Amino acid sequence: MNTKKMLVKLLTVMIIFGVLVTACGAPATEAPAPTEAPPVATEAPATEAPAATEAPATEAGLIYEGVTVNLLTFVGPQVAEPLQRRGPDFTALTGATINVITVPNSDLYQKALTDMATGTNAYDAFLFAPSWIVDFAPAGYIEDLTSRVEADEALEWNDVAPFFRDFNSYNGKVYSIPLDGDMHMVYYRIDSLAEAGLEPPKTWDEYLNVAKTLNGTDLNGDGEADYGSCISKAPQQQSYWWIWSIAAPYIQSQGNTQGAFFNTKDMTPLVNNEAFKRALEVYKETGLYGPPDETNQGVGDSRGLFISGRCALTMDWGDIGTLAIDPANSKVIDKVGAIVTPGSTEVLDWDTGKLVPCDATTCPYAVDGVNHAPFASFGGWAGAVNAAADEKVKDAAYAFLSYMAQPAQSNADVVVGATGYNPFRISQFTDQQAWLDAGFSQAAADSYLGGIEASLNSPNMVADLRIPQNQKYIQVELDRILSEYIAGDLTTDEAAQQIYDAWEAITEEVGREGQLESYKATIGAK
Amino acid sequence: MNTESVERQPSRLDALTVTVERLAESVFITPTVLALLFLSIFPLIASLYVSLARFKIAKGGFTLTFVGLDNYKKLFLGTDRTHFLGAFAPSTPLSWVIFGGVVVALSIFLARYLLNARISIGGLIGRILLTLGLGGLTWMLTHSIWNGGRLGTLSTTLVYVFLGIFFQYILGLSLAMLTVQNLPGRRFFRVVFLLPMMITPVGVAYMFRMLTDTSKGPFTPVWQALGLIDFSWVNNPWGARTAILIADIWQWTPFMFIVLVAALESQPVEPIEAATVDGANPWQIFRHITWPAILPVSMTLILIRLIEAFKIVDLPNVMTNGGPGTSTQSLTLHAFINWRALDLGGSAAVAYILLFLVTFFGMIFVNLIRQRTVETL
Repeated sequence: MNTKKMLVKLLTVMIIFGVLVTACGAPATEAPAPTEAPPVATEAPATEAPAATEAPATEAGLIYEGVTVNLLTFVGPQVAEPLQRRGPDFTALTGATINVITVPNSDLYQKALTDMATGTNAYDAFLFAPSWIVDFAPAGYIEDLTSRVEADEALEWNDVAPFFRDFNSYNGKVYSIPLDGDMHMVYYRIDSLAEAGLEPPKTWDEYLNVAKTLNGTDLNGDGEADYGSCISKAPQQQSYWWIWSIAAPYIQSQGNTQGAFFNTKDMTPLVNNEAFKRALEVYKETGLYGPPDETNQGVGDSRGLFISGRCALTMDWGDIGTLAIDPANSKVIDKVGAIVTPGSTEVLDWDTGKLVPCDATTCPYAVDGVNHAPFASFGGWAGAVNAAADEKVKDAAYAFLSYMAQPAQSNADVVVGATGYNPFRISQFTDQQAWLDAGFSQAAADSYLGGIEASLNSPNMVADLRIPQNQKYIQVELDRILSEYIAGDLTTDEAAQQIYDAWEAITEEVGREGQLESYKATIGAK
Repeated sequence: MNTESVERQPSRLDALTVTVERLAESVFITPTVLALLFLSIFPLIASLYVSLARFKIAKGGFTLTFVGLDNYKKLFLGTDRTHFLGAFAPSTPLSWVIFGGVVVALSIFLARYLLNARISIGGLIGRILLTLGLGGLTWMLTHSIWNGGRLGTLSTTLVYVFLGIFFQYILGLSLAMLTVQNLPGRRFFRVVFLLPMMITPVGVAYMFRMLTDTSKGPFTPVWQALGLIDFSWVNNPWGARTAILIADIWQWTPFMFIVLVAALESQPVEPIEAATVDGANPWQIFRHITWPAILPVSMTLILIRLIEAFKIVDLPNVMTNGGPGTSTQSLTLHAFINWRALDLGGSAAVAYILLFLVTFFGMIFVNLIRQRTVETL
């Protein structure tokens, strides 16, 4: 009987507790906001930290109230930081919550692809390499943003430099929105070169000479020997991009429709020749004038060394320019010059595979007898939207990407080194005031912006590889063989042959004709 | 009421109870069996199929195309051969001597079995496979470890496993012997010696990456004092492998240590006391009493570590990214890199080879070493 009584009491308490919990719970939410919402959020205030004003509200509240956008990108602090910082601003403006999920750079492609390919669709938007859209767009994984971009006045699409507009498009349709513009440049220490009576290098041979001369000298006044050159060489990092900046002027000389990766006649790789072998040798030799553990360093390490005044030369994207003016970390404020990546006085004869001297025929775009071929490596971080996301989420995801790319936000982000974003809008080159306000001297701004602009305007520029499976060609096979070469496991001839064989195997696997067609389309070759 | 007649004729309820009891066994076991099948057997079969297929992106999803043994062919004969097996140097007198010695030993082993009266088909096949496997691995190692050869991910993994376990066991046993003595502070040191095992492998990897950094790490003054400021562990394949081995030994010695402490403390004291009274020295006591007592535990301990050590991935991935070149990549890291590149078939093929390898060495250890060692006691 006692047991029965206890059970009855317990049941009573549970029922009362249940009723109370139900009564105190959140009231049922109303139906989502009306769907006929304008596709784009936003006239954000043009300040460095935009306040959440002018929110496009509807009668039911903010336009994307209750919507959560899961955005996948690379581990910060760079690149992800502006998204995380501006996410709450966007939430205040539109109601949408931006959930930034980060993974290591080397995992990003696989994470994005497996998420969409398996139908998991845990991510609604991505910030990744725009060269990957050639894999994702034909498979229908990512949203065609053309109509949204055309209707989006705040984005000021025509202000985006033509190269980046094109690089974020596939078959004439826009699939990603650039938040960053990437172009390799060489940075040098103005003071150190001047003291040694050296000129900034115009060719890779001159680069090696400057590096060799300044290697072992004290560049930052701490009494210790410093390095002539800092270009990272760790596996699975950025080596596969650096090598192409070195190889490009040896291989491509007839303008940007000639191509630097494959022969446009038959899709054979342009690697088993004197030009690429010379580039391999140059890249390896830069290691002789760098830190002892350069084979295990990524770009973050080489940046840190350059900014702390320990390197005379380095190659990097635009980040060095903005990091160098940061008084908290930089020991090279107003001591850094930026130039187009060095060129070559010899270029590849595509028929013979030999290097031949530059002349009016072999190097029509040469400057002072030097063929330059600046490499738009990576192409800049760009945002895309998962085609399988809900319509409302897609709208919110696009609105956020647009918000980030709009001049009000972008102009403030590209002048801060910690963001990892570099200029990609025409106005960001022409209007230097933001750069001067950020701390650039006039000379530093001229040098930095001039270097990027000259690279972008080069008629012999090389765009990054944008054909299906480009990640496998570059970040898997090239990376593995290159790291074995740098480690001394392969000779130059063996490395060139192995890259050739590995790339041919991928081309055969994917389909030669389709790859050739795709490659020619991306470089505008006929 | 005649109760006897009721007992002789079971009611329908009793029959139902018996049926339900019989069914209950199946009902209770089936979920476990299904869970095991789903979690173990199904992925094993699915991954076997993936290792025989090629993953490709297709509109709206992906395709898996059957390609037979292409993924395995790529590893043993194709573009991934040097990555997987290593680069083979020309034979030298030394490599022939070592290889010849191993072949002779394996031949004697096989011959002794064949001359034995008790031959079984399974035993014969197992021994032939063992002979071929060990012979092949010996040839691979003798032709890639020196004289211009280069280790692949397979031989690098073997180096990690066997060198790592050897040092872990020796150090673990030494520390265990030390802390079972009646020394001051032994309890404190037992806890301290255990700490490395508690740290996540990624944390250990980052810590050793920092420690081995000669330009920025905490040991920089030491390197400077030794005149090694331009030296780097990671420029040399064996330097990088040594750094990884040191980290692995540091992390896993505590596991050996704690189990061996338990084994040492659980051995009976009477034989030791008797031996001491009889005038045996410490070495004789260890050799004839302690060692046989801890041998069964040691064998099991080594087997557990053997299986675990083949899966090393965190340390090379974080400390060296598998470099310089691919010289510190283990099989698991090789599979992981293939998987990350969406070469799912290639990744599954490497994983399957790893499975065979672990099974191969596990079987050798259990059937030939552990069993015989314990039987001889």
